[in-house]
Order: sequence, then C-alpha cells, then structure tokens
Amino acid sequence: MRPRIEFLDQQLLERIVSEARDLLCNLGIEIHNNGILELLSDHGARVESNTMRVFYTQELIDRSLETAPSGFHLYDVAGKPAVDLSGFNVQFTPGSAAIHILDHDSTESRTPTSADYVRYTRLVSGLDHLASQSTAFIPGDVHEKISDSYRLFLSLLHCPKPVVTGAFTVEAFEVMKDLLVAVRGSEAELAAKPLAMFSCCPTSPLKWSDVTSQNLVDCARHSIPVEIISMPMSGFIAPVTLVGTLVQHTVETLSGLIISQLVNPGTPVLYGGSPAYFDVRYETTPMGAPETQMIDCAYNEIGKYLGIPTQAYIGLSDSKLLDTQAGLESSMGATLAALAGINNISGPGMMDFESCYSHEKLVIDNEICGMTLRLTRGIEEREDFPARPRFEELLREQHLLISDHTMRYLDQEVAYPGPVIDRANRARWQEEGKRTMGQRAHQIVEQTVAAHEPVSHAGDVRKELIQRMRAEAATYGMDRLPEID
Amino acid sequence: MELMEQISESLQKGDAPAVDRLTRDALEQGTAPGQILDDGLLVGMAVIGQKFKAHEVFLPHVLLAAKAMYAGLDILGPLMEGDERLSRGKVVIGTVQGDIHDIGKNLVGIMLRGAGYEVIDLGKDVAPARFIDVAIEEDAQFVGLSTLLTTTRPVMKQVIELARERGIYDKVRILVGGAPLNRAYAEEIGAHAYCFDGMNAVDCVNGFMNRS
Ligand code: B12
Repeated sequence: MRPRIEFLDQQLLERIVSEARDLLCNLGIEIHNNGILELLSDHGARVESNTMRVFYTQELIDRSLETAPSGFHLYDVAGKPAVDLSGFNVQFTPGSAAIHILDHDSTESRTPTSADYVRYTRLVSGLDHLASQSTAFIPGDVHEKISDSYRLFLSLLHCPKPVVTGAFTVEAFEVMKDLLVAVRGSEAELAAKPLAMFSCCPTSPLKWSDVTSQNLVDCARHSIPVEIISMPMSGFIAPVTLVGTLVQHTVETLSGLIISQLVNPGTPVLYGGSPAYFDVRYETTPMGAPETQMIDCAYNEIGKYLGIPTQAYIGLSDSKLLDTQAGLESSMGATLAALAGINNISGPGMMDFESCYSHEKLVIDNEICGMTLRLTRGIEEREDFPARPRFEELLREQHLLISDHTMRYLDQEVAYPGPVIDRANRARWQEEGKRTMGQRAHQIVEQTVAAHEPVSHAGDVRKELIQRMRAEAATYGMDRLPEID
Repeated sequence: MELMEQISESLQKGDAPAVDRLTRDALEQGTAPGQILDDGLLVGMAVIGQKFKAHEVFLPHVLLAAKAMYAGLDILGPLMEGDERLSRGKVVIGTVQGDIHDIGKNLVGIMLRGAGYEVIDLGKDVAPARFIDVAIEEDAQFVGLSTLLTTTRPVMKQVIELARERGIYDKVRILVGGAPLNRAYAEEIGAHAYCFDGMNAVDCVNGFMNRS
C-alpha cells in the first residue's frame, strides 16, 4: 500500500471546487492581455472590456479539464524519459529562482555568479534523489536582460536532467525556447519530448498580468509544459481561512489551465502553486509553516480530483542558515508533499522565503528527499508469510545477517542515506573528526562537483547553444560569456 | 476615564465609531482640536506602534487603529486647516518598470497612510520618468521605489539618476525596498534609505520628518 495523507474529505473538496467554478463564471477574472481576452470571448466567455474581466462558462471549464493531460513525461538532454508526472509519482526538483546564494565560507547571503551556477549544475547532476534540475538562481555577473536565459543556457550545457524554469519577460521566453530547440533539434521534437517546464503565475487576487499570461500562451503554442503557480496569501490578499484560500487557488489555477487548453488543447499543465499564509507579525510569507504546507497538500488533492498532475513549492525553509529550523521545515514539507503525492516537489536547496539558495542545503535536502521517497514506498510484504520458517531459521542461526531472505531484500527494505545523515556511534563519530552536518554537506558538495563528468551533447548542440547565447548577449553589449570564454 | 484617554483607548481597540463619537464630545466640551489630535489620537497611535513592535498586537490591529484614527481626523481636519500636524507629508510610491510585484509596495502604502501620510500610488511596472514627473507635480517629500526582481534592480538606479538630472534629488528623500535589495545596494545606487518592511518604512519616513 502506498501511504497517503489527505486533508480534505470528499464533501469539502467538492464544495471548494463548485464555489470556485461559480466564481470563475460569475465573479470573473481580470486578464491584462487583449489577445487572451479575444480568445476567451471567441470561445463563449463574456468579456467586460473596460475592466478586462472575463466570465468563464461551465462548459469551458469542463472542456479544458477534458483536454488537459492527466500526466506527462519530461525527457533528459539525451531525449530519454526522466520524470513521470502522473498518478502518485513524486519527483523532487531544486527550489527555483533564488535572488541570493548562501556563501559556505562566510555564511553570508550574497549575489550569485555564473561560477556558482556552474557549480550548482554539476552538483545537481550528481544528486540521486533530484530527478530534474531547476534554474535555481539568477547569476549577477551577466546583463540583467539575459540573466534568466543565461541560467537555462548553463543548465543545458552542464547537467543532463530536465529543467524546471521560467521567463521574466515575454522576450526572454523566445530566447529560452530557442535554446531548448537547439538541444532537441526541432520544435516538433521538443514538443514530443519536453525538456523543460515553465512556471506561469497568476496574480492574486483573481488576476493575470500581461507578461505571465503571455508566457502561458507562448508555452502552449509550442506544447511546452507549464506549471501554474498561484500564490494566494491567507489573511492578506486571500481569505484568512485555509478553505477560503483553497477556493481562490482553485479559481486562479483553473483560469490559467483553461487559457492553455484553448491555445493548444492537450498542452501539459501542472496544477501548481506557491501559496502561503501571511504572517501579520513580520509581514512575510512563510513557506515552512504547517498552514502553508496544508494548503499545498490540499490543492494537490483538488488537482488529483480534477485529473491534473500537481506541483508545489514545498520542502523548503525560511531559515537564514543551515540550522535546525532549515532541517525541520524542509523535511516536514518534503514528507507531507511526498505522502500527499504532489508530483513535482519544488523546494530542495531553498531557504529564506524562496529568496536564497545553498549548495550545502541542496545536499542535505537530497538526503531528506531520499528518506521521504522511502516513506512513499511504505511497508510491503516480502516472503513474510508464513512467518514460522523465518523464525525457526533465526532461532537456529541466532542471527539473520547472512540469511538468503536478508540478502534478497536488504536493498529494497532499507534506503541508506548518504554521509550527511550521521548514523555512527559517538566514539566513531569523534574519532572520524567530530564533523558537523554542515561540514559533511560541504565535503559532499566538493566531491560531487569534482566527480562531475561533462554532458555529452549530440552533434553540434554544444556549439549551437554557445552561438545562440553569444548572439543574444552581444545585443546587450556583452562580448564575453562568463564561464565560457 | 478622562476623555483624551478614552479616545486613545478606543483608537487602540480599532473602534472607529467610538473615536468618532468621543471626538465630537470632546469638541463640544470645548477641547481644542489640536489637543484632541496630540493627546488623544496620536498618543493612541504611538502606543499601538510600540505594541506592534513588541509583538503584542499584529498588523491588522495597527490598521484597524489607523482606520479609527481617520474617523477622528475626518472631524478635526476641517477645523485645523493649514495646521502642520495634519499634513504629515506626501509619498509617491510604485514598483519599477519590468516588475509586476506590488504586494509589498501596497502594504508599505497602506502602512504609510495609516501613519497619516498622503500616499500617491503609481502602481506597478512604472516608467522611471513617471516617478519624477509626479513627485514634481505633487511636490512630494518622498519617493518610494519597490522591486522584487534581481533583473529590475537597475531601474531603481535610473530613477535616482533622473531625480538628479531633474534637480529634485536633494529635495526629496528616495526610499527603496524589496527582496533583492539591501542597505549596501541602496547606498551604492544613491537611495536615501533602504527599508526592510512596512513598519520600518513608517519609522524611516517619520525619522526624516522629525529631522526636517
Ligand atoms: C507573491 C510573489 C509573486 C506574485 C506577485 C503578486 C503581486 N501582486 O505582487 C506573482 C505570482 C505575480 C509573481 C510573479 C513573478 N515572480 Co514572484 N514572488 C512572489 C513572492 C513569493 C512573494 C513576494 C511578496 O509579495 N511578499 C510579501 C510582501 C509583503 O513582502 P515584500 O514584497 O518583500 O515587501 C516588503 C519589503 O520588501 C518592503 N518593501 C518592498 N517594497 C518596498 C518599497 C519601499 C519604498 C519600501 C520602503 C519598502 C518596500 O516592505 C514590504 C512590506 O513588508 C516572492 C518571494 C520573495 N521572497 O519575495 C517571489 C519572487 C520575488 N518572484 C520571483 C519570480 C521569478 C517571479 C516571476 C518572474 C515568475 C515567472 N517566471 O513568471 C514573475 C514576475 C514577472 C515580472 N516581470 O514581474 C522570484 C524573483 C527571482 C529573482 N532572482 O529576481 C522570487 C524571489 C521567487 C522565486 N524564488 O522564484 N511573484
């Protein structure tokens, strides 16, 4: 049995969905994008042009839910399936788009560089429990107009895993799409084997901005998967109750899903989000709070009920250092998310309200992910019945260390964490240098980065990627590409 | 309880109707509007501000108190026209061009209004020149710039350079805030202050007002 955790009973879930549908049809959504307003109007939605408000129809909602796939795959740089986003499958991906990096040596948070980014790509390549990479932070040493595409460029050069990313502007999407096409060889091949997924965000409450809605449309046009990231903040720009926040999240997410399905029926969509309860003491949006994490798990239940795979920013921490708070918030989130079956769990490596990334935290979180993945496999029967022969063997041999049964099932029953998790006894731990978790994590960062092997791209892909990026950078007066030239 | 104390207490409870009624009572009894403002309303706001910092009350209580304060100010305002204490100052605020994050900026606006300032909110994705045009038109003392994206930080610098070019840099105080900023960056681009949250922004603006 796969262990599962649920927060909504059927009746409450259905009420949330029906109230959300009512709001979509009768209160409407503000969409600051004339192209989309026209599209929706052509499909029977009522549009109030002076307020840019759209009133969806029940029929539109139903139709979109039918065409949106109930699951899809992401493929690695080589074109092999790497991630299955369907059912109760879960995969972890590094939290994305941090502003800062936590410097190991100084323990200060600072602006990241392209060198930090390359180190990250090498690290994430070697961390087993992270099935995909994300464009985890913004390098500060390239022109700001290309800093979102530059991270994708470095990711595609150095790490074979599929990418969770997002564009900051309408123009950047084109550049990023072209980089993806360069790897796949053609737009058709990219559509057939998605390599990256883009985050597209509605603006709470009940609104879409021009940029983010255009990103949504552009992705759909190219059959590039999107994750819709709605961010209601309970008690501030959303009702203070978790149920009210869930209604709002449902409205915002469905409003985007429908746009993508009208542009291109069948576009893969994740029912995602980054909601948070709003802390009225500190004016912040805590990602590590149980309230936030319950909203995530519950909207995932709604996504599953609607037949759409899910995503959440969960399994991250608001701590500023690699301390107990970082570990506790990250593992609580990761565990809940995995047991709830959130398909794409975005979080590892991230702290400080999604604003700071740390290499060492990525390593620690990778272990946390491994442990939670073990939990999702649950308890299984493995030649356990009838029980008597095994116990006869135990009494006869006095131990089962080398029993056939042990040798057959040891690897399946136990998922060993890496050296970050200390399971030595105290004396051994002392003799081996009394190292802290931070020190152990740092060592793994160094080892993993050093062990990284260059990605072998087919044909001229590498050259083509560099050429494209160089041309783009040149338009902003950059004649040197950091970490390339 | 003395009337001024009652006004302060009601304000702290966020009881706008009571503040309205008590302010009228005080005027009827012949209390000077200026005294009602200083000893009633502002005393109450000061207490609530202290309590907020000490985590004894939270943001909603502060905003409710501010709303109650305005119930009193609405009555006192017309009686005190021209009085300096009423015109606390004008703040032009907005999120810079290229960025649509406006929640933090909105909250700063709400809190500055709560503290008695006139806030002119230009919204989000605001072009550099617009900040300066409006600051000049409105004769504002403060310009508040917000951004949440690394990529739009340089726009803040453009606004500040423009303020220099148009000759208002020394007349207005430019405040900046948002997740990708810090004090060092603010200094580097020539902002007059960096604020990490709404309460901090209120303190900072109050500080400038008291100094001037
Ligand atoms: C909510 C949110 C959104 C919402 C914004 C809704 C809205 N109406 O504002 C939506 C969903 C629309 C959104 C969109 C995007 N977002 Co966003 N978003 C956030 C999030 C989670 C919280 C921001 C927030 O509202 N916080 C709560 C408020 C109260 O706090 P605050 O904004 O910090 O403001 C306080 C202080 O900073 C200060 N302050 C702020 N401004 C000012 C101004 C003055 C004058 C003063 C005195 C003080 C002050 O006082 C405020 C009150 O306390 C942040 C994460 C974060 N840590 O900031 C990401 C974040 C900022 N977003 C991010 C990104 C990447 C995006 C997108 C590009 C995603 C995409 N691919 O489309 C788009 C932006 C597109 C664009 N061109 O603008 C990144 C930025 C990365 C980077 N390195 O630049 C972040 C860090 C998340 C992440 N890790 O990916 N986002």
